[in-house]
Amino acid sequence: MRQSSRNRAFTVLGLSVALLIAVFLSPFASSNPDGLDRVAQDYGFDEQAAENPPAHQFPFYSIFEEYAVRGVPDAVATPLAGLVGTLATFGIAWSVGKLLVKGDDPARVDRIPPSGE
Amino acid sequence: MIHAASFASGFLPYPQLALHIPDGFLDLPATLLTWVISIALIALCLRNVQAEYQERTVPLMGVCAAFIFAAQMINFPIPGGTSGHLLGGTLAAILLGPWAGSLVMVVVFIVQALLFQDGGLTALGANIFNMGLIGTFAGYYLYKAIRSSIGMNRWRGMAIASAAAAWTSVMVAAIVCAFQLAFSDTIPLGVAFTAMAGWHVLIGIGEALITLAVVSYIWRSRPDLLFDPPRRRPVDSMPRAISPR
Repeated sequence: MRQSSRNRAFTVLGLSVALLIAVFLSPFASSNPDGLDRVAQDYGFDEQAAENPPAHQFPFYSIFEEYAVRGVPDAVATPLAGLVGTLATFGIAWSVGKLLVKGDDPARVDRIPPSGE
Repeated sequence: MIHAASFASGFLPYPQLALHIPDGFLDLPATLLTWVISIALIALCLRNVQAEYQERTVPLMGVCAAFIFAAQMINFPIPGGTSGHLLGGTLAAILLGPWAGSLVMVVVFIVQALLFQDGGLTALGANIFNMGLIGTFAGYYLYKAIRSSIGMNRWRGMAIASAAAAWTSVMVAAIVCAFQLAFSDTIPLGVAFTAMAGWHVLIGIGEALITLAVVSYIWRSRPDLLFDPPRRRPVDSMPRAISPR
C-alpha cells in the first residue's frame, strides 16, 4: 500500500512538472529556427513544405494554429495549447498502457511482500 | 527570400520544424519506407508491452509522455541563431524500456502532428523513426552497453551512459534525416550531412543535459522506477568483490 501511494505521488508530481513546463515555460521558448528549419532556410528547400498539409483537414486545425489556441489573447494562446497537449498526451499514453498491460495477475508478484523497507 | 527577411526581424512566418519533417520534404519511396519500418517496430512494441509489462508501468507511461510533450515545446537557443529541443527517446527508454518507451514517443508525435500540425502527417513515419525509435532502440542499447561496462550500480556509469547515449541519439537522428532528405532529392547528401550534423552537435548537448537532469532526479528519489534499476542503494559503497577496483 505504501508503495502504491508513493507511485501515485510520483505520478502527480511528474504530471505537475510537465504542466508547469508547458504552461509557464512555453512562452519563453526560443523562436529561432531550429536544426532542420535552419538547414531548410539556408539551402532554400523550406518552400517545399506543403502549404496546405493533410493535418489542416482535421477539425483540430480550427482550434489550434500550431502551438497556439485560436481566438484567445496572444499571452494565453500558447500556454493553453501546452496545457491541452500535455493533458492529451498524458491521457492517451496512459490509455494505451492500460489497454495493453494485463490487469493484476495474482500469480505474478510485483514486489516482495513487506519485510522491512 | 521573404522568409529570410521576416526571420531576420524575429517573426515566425511558418511552423517551427525542429527535427520534425513537414509534408513535402520526402518523396514517396522515402515516405513509404520509413512508414513500413516504423509500423513494424511499433507492432513489435505493442506485442512486447502486452507480454512483459506490469500494471505499475501504466501511470509512468502517461507521466513520461506528458513530460516529453511539454519539454519538446521548449526550444532552447544554441549559438548561431538556431534553436533545438529535447527529443526524449533515450530518456523514455531509460525510464520505461525500449518497448513502452517507444509507444510513449509514438503518442507524442501523433498528438503533435494531429492536434498542432507539428511535423507532416505523411512524414509521421519518418518522424517517429528519427526522433523516437532511434532514441528508444539505438539510444537505449548504447546506454545499456556503456552503463554495464562502467558499472550498472554506480551513478558514474548511469550518468555517462545516459548523457552519451542521449547525445548520440540526436546525432544519429540528424544524420538519418539528412540521408532521407538526400534520398528524396530535396538536398544533396554532402550538404545535408554537414549542415544537419553541424547544428545537432550542439542540440545534442541540450538533449544530454536534460536527460541527465531527469535521470539524476529519479536515481536519487525513485531508482526503483528505472527500467534497469540499480541493485543497491546507489550511494552505498560497493562490496570489494563486485567493485571493479
